Amino acid sequence: MAVEHVIPDTAAKNALGEFETEKMSISMGPSHPSTHGVLRLQLELDGEVVTKADPVIGYLHRGDEKIAENMTYNQFVPYTDRLDYLAPLANNMAYAIAVERLAKLEVPPRCQAIRVITAEMARISSHMMGLGAFGIDVGAWTVFLYSFTEREKLYKLFEELTGARFTTSYTRIGGVARDVPPGWTDRVLAFCDQFLPQLEETLSLLTRNRIFTDRTSGVGVISKEDAIAYGLTGPNLRGSGVALDLRKDRPYSGYEQYDFDIPVGSTGDSYDRYLVRGEEMRQSVRIIRQAIARFPEGKWYAEEAKRIIAPPKDKVLTSMEELIQNFMIVTEGPQMPAGEVYFEAENPKGALGFYIVSKGGGVPWRMKIRSPSFCNLSILPKVCVGAMVSDVVAILGSFDFVMGECDR
Amino acid sequence: MSAPDAIRALKARWSGATDRATLDHPALNVPAADLPAVLRSLKEEHGFDMLVDVSGVDWAEGAVPRFTVVYHVMSTSAHDYVRIAADCPDAAAPEVPTVTGLWPGADWHEREAFDMFGIRFKGHPDLRRILMWDGYPHFPLRKDFPLSGVPTELPDAEVVAETRTGAIAAPMAGGPFVASPGEINMTEAEPRAKDESWTERRPKPGA
Amino acid sequence: MVSANTELTYNSKIEGEVIVSRADAVINWIRSNSMWPMPMGLACCAIELMAVAASRFDIARFGAEVMRFSPKQSDVMIVSGTVTYKMSAAVRRIYDQMADPKWVIAMGACASTGGMYRSYAVLQGVDRILPVDVYVSGCPPRPEALLDALIRLQEKVKREPSAGKLLSA
Repeated sequence: MAVEHVIPDTAAKNALGEFETEKMSISMGPSHPSTHGVLRLQLELDGEVVTKADPVIGYLHRGDEKIAENMTYNQFVPYTDRLDYLAPLANNMAYAIAVERLAKLEVPPRCQAIRVITAEMARISSHMMGLGAFGIDVGAWTVFLYSFTEREKLYKLFEELTGARFTTSYTRIGGVARDVPPGWTDRVLAFCDQFLPQLEETLSLLTRNRIFTDRTSGVGVISKEDAIAYGLTGPNLRGSGVALDLRKDRPYSGYEQYDFDIPVGSTGDSYDRYLVRGEEMRQSVRIIRQAIARFPEGKWYAEEAKRIIAPPKDKVLTSMEELIQNFMIVTEGPQMPAGEVYFEAENPKGALGFYIVSKGGGVPWRMKIRSPSFCNLSILPKVCVGAMVSDVVAILGSFDFVMGECDR
Repeated sequence: MSAPDAIRALKARWSGATDRATLDHPALNVPAADLPAVLRSLKEEHGFDMLVDVSGVDWAEGAVPRFTVVYHVMSTSAHDYVRIAADCPDAAAPEVPTVTGLWPGADWHEREAFDMFGIRFKGHPDLRRILMWDGYPHFPLRKDFPLSGVPTELPDAEVVAETRTGAIAAPMAGGPFVASPGEINMTEAEPRAKDESWTERRPKPGA
Repeated sequence: MVSANTELTYNSKIEGEVIVSRADAVINWIRSNSMWPMPMGLACCAIELMAVAASRFDIARFGAEVMRFSPKQSDVMIVSGTVTYKMSAAVRRIYDQMADPKWVIAMGACASTGGMYRSYAVLQGVDRILPVDVYVSGCPPRPEALLDALIRLQEKVKREPSAGKLLSA
């Protein structure tokens, strides 16, 4: 939308005939309702229009990568929960698969199916949160309450499976912590059945809402080239028209067996990113239904990986060999070969990657966490220029980033 | 072009590029001076258009080379990854050329490598700290820096005067108890207290 | 529990439209039942804080209806999430801007003691920079735990000798 500055005739003008103004520097954040966590944006404003935007991050830098060098591979799992704390199960899975690539370990099909189901539920949870936060940013409180109701139902299912509402620490290297309880998959299907109509109702509050479309259409347009140049991934990249989804292009954990579509935007504005997330939730439900329909029998952990995964507690407490195995794995950590791997998974926010340098043993030498939100935010200085301050809020909402992941 | 073909082409063109041991994606070691040219060739001739990650690695004090910068690039069409590693020639003042000219997204990644390791990127438009505050005097991810941290002054003078607190060494009560990385021999790998800092109430005996 | 500061009785048939009570009781009753939180939502605990504000665990029933992000309009600062050294100055400044009377709830392990992040960048407990009234343990604490903390804070407030402080200050 073009912005017209109307200059009154009587105002002082400089030699070029322009109204004399001064630029204003304001600091938006780090404690601000619409910065989705502790992000500080130093904005230079010419009236309402942003001329320069400099994001300052690091307010939630907790030292995860240094901590990883002092923890065994399994001890680090709770820290991965707290990276993207809106979808902890997805982070757990990405980390477990990265370390399993180090050991060249394949987990059994049941474990893969459990991981896929929980990751897709985490995707629904994360996108619902993003939707709610985006709604609050542009002024729609009801969307937040609707989406949190659905998230509470998901929390109930997570709690039944893992013991915690979120920050689940559910995966282990070589499997998952415990098998699904009886009847859990039926409850997940029941959730999916009632979720789709609820989703349509929640989205209907925003999709054709005149105020919402005015605030988000044409705002924060990111071109395809820019999106790739800045390393954007996830719905932000797909909203700009690049059909890249690691679940389809480099399938892991059995994703190749499932039939689902990848929504791709056309304009690359905030409205497109919102629509992409909404559609991704519908596709997630599709994946969950397929995964439950063909839920394989078998073990939920790789039994034959004796130096990597601890056996179930009932065997540990009754049999000597399993006791020793458990002791070794808990004290020294899962024994990994020396070498380097990089693996990234399609998390709700984008591609979460782990670059692990191992010198052998149970503790990594270096663990670099490639965070999707870090890369997504790096485009802010470019996107915010020329937008108005309220547009900046809409852009931040449409990016759906989380600082826990960005700062690690 | 696929990743192994690209690696072959790069090795043929730059004599300093050698194979790097890897467990998954094809990887190359290149000399720091050749780095921008190699990455430009990967991006423009071989179609690896997305820079996925830039990480620094510290191989510990006394290792030669001490610092390495590892780049991961991905092709959005072929969905392949390539890993390029460049060692920093000087351990006391580690420096490699920047790639922000090729990918503007490298800007923040390089700032992070500088913040955490002290690796400078020649030609970077605005090399300053990104995760720690601007005046922080240490490089946290270096191997000689303890996990608990080093007592440091906080940047905001008014708040420091009011609260009379600063960044302390986190109370580890004997240090992280963890097996040494790199040990697969059970006896050597026994978890040992790293003894980084005692609690505040009881300082380390003999200190 | 009836004590000197909490005594508050009213029977409209006897007393009509006039309530007679102790100043402490009235002031504490008003303060405790309309505590507006300033959500210092930093990390994962902030998500549970939002869940407390949402419809299942409605915090508005306890008077904490309005989550004001402006410190000048709030009473209790709920520090939810890890406080890093970089962020600590901002937290203290915002606390200083809050008007008296003000209280602090340290929600979660990270705010109470630094949590599982024993590292170079994390403030080992927000009580190093702020006076904390209630600590809530958990990582993250369940919403019910936060509601319990709010109720405990309300009980703490009800025992304060507030009239004396107001009139003498």
